[in-house]
Amino acid sequence: MIRRITMALAAPVLAIAFAMVVSAIMLALTDYSAGDVFHVIFTEGFDRTNLVTTVNRAAPYYISGVAVAIGFKMNLFNIGVEGQYKLAALFAAAAAAAVELPAPLHVLFTFAVAMLVGAAWASIPALLKAYRGVSEVISSIMLNATALGVGAFFIQRWLRAPASESPVLGTKTIPESGRLPTLNGVLGAVGIDVPDATRVQSYVLVAAVVGVAYYLLIWRSRYGFDLRATGSNAEAAAASGVNAKRMIITAMLLSGAAAGLIGLNNVMGPAARYTDVSVVTGLGFTGIAIALLGRNNPVGIAFAALLWAFMDAVQTPLSNADLPKQITAIMQGITVLSVVIAYEVVRRISARQELSGLRREVTAGGAGLPPADPPSPTGAGPEVAPA
Amino acid sequence: MKQRSGTKLLILLFAAFALILASCASSDSDGGGSGSEPSDGGGSESAATCQGTPGETQEAAELGGEGEAPDGAGKKVGLVFDIGGKDDKSFNESAFNGLEAAKESMGIETKSLEPNADGSNREDLLRELADDGYGLVIGVGFNFFDPLTAVAGDYPDTDFAIVDSVVEADNVASITFAEEQGSYLVGAIAAQSTQTDTVGFVGGVETSLIKKFQAGFEAGVAEVNKDAKVEVKYLTPDGDFSGFNDSAKGQTVASGLYDAGADVIFHAAGGSGAGVFKAATEADRLAIGVDSDQYFQVDEAEQKCMLSSMLKRVDVGVYDTIAAYAGDKFESGVQVFDLANGGIDYSQAGGQVKDSAQIDDLKQQIIDGDIEVPTEP
Repeated sequence: MIRRITMALAAPVLAIAFAMVVSAIMLALTDYSAGDVFHVIFTEGFDRTNLVTTVNRAAPYYISGVAVAIGFKMNLFNIGVEGQYKLAALFAAAAAAAVELPAPLHVLFTFAVAMLVGAAWASIPALLKAYRGVSEVISSIMLNATALGVGAFFIQRWLRAPASESPVLGTKTIPESGRLPTLNGVLGAVGIDVPDATRVQSYVLVAAVVGVAYYLLIWRSRYGFDLRATGSNAEAAAASGVNAKRMIITAMLLSGAAAGLIGLNNVMGPAARYTDVSVVTGLGFTGIAIALLGRNNPVGIAFAALLWAFMDAVQTPLSNADLPKQITAIMQGITVLSVVIAYEVVRRISARQELSGLRREVTAGGAGLPPADPPSPTGAGPEVAPA
Repeated sequence: MKQRSGTKLLILLFAAFALILASCASSDSDGGGSGSEPSDGGGSESAATCQGTPGETQEAAELGGEGEAPDGAGKKVGLVFDIGGKDDKSFNESAFNGLEAAKESMGIETKSLEPNADGSNREDLLRELADDGYGLVIGVGFNFFDPLTAVAGDYPDTDFAIVDSVVEADNVASITFAEEQGSYLVGAIAAQSTQTDTVGFVGGVETSLIKKFQAGFEAGVAEVNKDAKVEVKYLTPDGDFSGFNDSAKGQTVASGLYDAGADVIFHAAGGSGAGVFKAATEADRLAIGVDSDQYFQVDEAEQKCMLSSMLKRVDVGVYDTIAAYAGDKFESGVQVFDLANGGIDYSQAGGQVKDSAQIDDLKQQIIDGDIEVPTEP
């Protein structure tokens, strides 16, 4: 057990260290002082404003990572998260601006619309995969481009706020009752003072709920067991009575529903409407990297999202100090690549160890196979296996 | 097992691909392309062809024409670019040139910052500058509307400026341009050159801003050649901003227009314009650039096809706003930059403009108010 945890932690820690070394070399080659860069990262990166930005950015990354991970668990690659969250954010914002409801209901209503739209868009690749065997990778990535066009069509025709309201193309403004409050007041009450301009978005709580739901669903429910079983061996699962088509469709719908929540941070927060600026592009693709980094584990994804968000947030102080902010993007890339490689190396090592352990037992003439499960060829247990 | 590792490999490839895409998003395409051989372009006998002189050198832009530059010693001006950054050969670069010129001539202290790839920290950067005591903070581009509105309210003692949008606040100057006037002039230039009586307009995204370009262009064409037809194409509808950065689409659409008989195309499509120039070179027909003098951004083969460029001098807008601030004459509200104050102009690089006397005459008439250029098509 302890060895497994050490093995699981070793890879990301080594990867981050490796990324830092490589970026230090790159900085040296481009005549920048690596010392200055890391000084800014480790001092200003940890000041209060920057940490708040980190948390605010980590929340959508986390949800995006979970959305992708749900697919991975079922051996599906939902690369269409990008289109799903953009469309969902647009329709949820438009719906939220169009209704009047008491505060908690209004917020829940907006979440529901977002999840429905995300799931609906994901249902297209799901049905194509289940009934026509179309690769979800191809269909869902194509639908990303389609989603842009569909969104543009709807916003132009029906969902846009009149130009007199705002010169920026977007939906109407969501009334106060449909917005998420900030946590500044709550934090102030427990002695952590954050200036009002630095908003601590309560959206981070949404991410936490998504994480808990993900854990309970995949690891603590009958459905999750079937899903993981189908994901790791579809034939065996089918033989034991699991309906593969149903699993494909529901997993994809769940992934899409989670994706629907990704873009709501700004829409239900400071911007209070959907615009091209309030819902940034690329969160869905980043989710893939974060799910890989976090190994589909609810806690792992949280660390990955925080790490990624921190490297984003630190770009502001870096550029303010006239240092190359791009270095953190390079670090993000190297971290993911080396984590993936490190896991593969760790997997092979532990597989070999288990195998030789097994051989030893067999040749020692013990009572045949050990009572525990035979070591799976993928080595690591289900908690950290990617698919 | 086999299949699983295959899937994993696919996932890895896509993740790597996504990262590359993400890192590319911030660096713009550099305009230049492979100079392909001009093809025969069907019926080119009766159409205007590329005969520009390549390899001209660019004169340094002149800024702050009349009078001494004010002394801004001890004053600090900050500027935040939009996605694309200061080397985008367009809009942001032009703003940066204005800032640099102001630093040079007024002795102010300057700082310019670029947002991260998805533009999510525009507001944070504005706040950093305001916090650090920059007395004038400029946001380059209409995407700063929401962030700048929020920040200007929190820092009432700091002056702000926004390019290409209007923020109504006591401490914000809104730098806007009369794009229709310059588009009118290049429309007239196109009408002088066309021999097929068909000219094209390629807009990036169908927004009200780009429609201003279209309206001016159409009016300019009609002024010089009543019979000429303007074929209008937009790359994407409003709300889908990919049309400003899709040079492949720009090339396809422009090729279609040339095939259909157009022999001059004016583009207002940002980064997609590179594709329009490629199409022009392939078809041996003419193209008109936008914002900066794009003759100087393309390779030699393409330079021959550059008829003109509609100049939107963001550098002038930025410089003049800084000059006003440095001379303690900062004014909030809408500041229009047009032909009269040099914020809008046209270029003659390549020497293909047929009758520049007529164009200068039209320019004077617009300045005098004798011609009123429409802003909506």
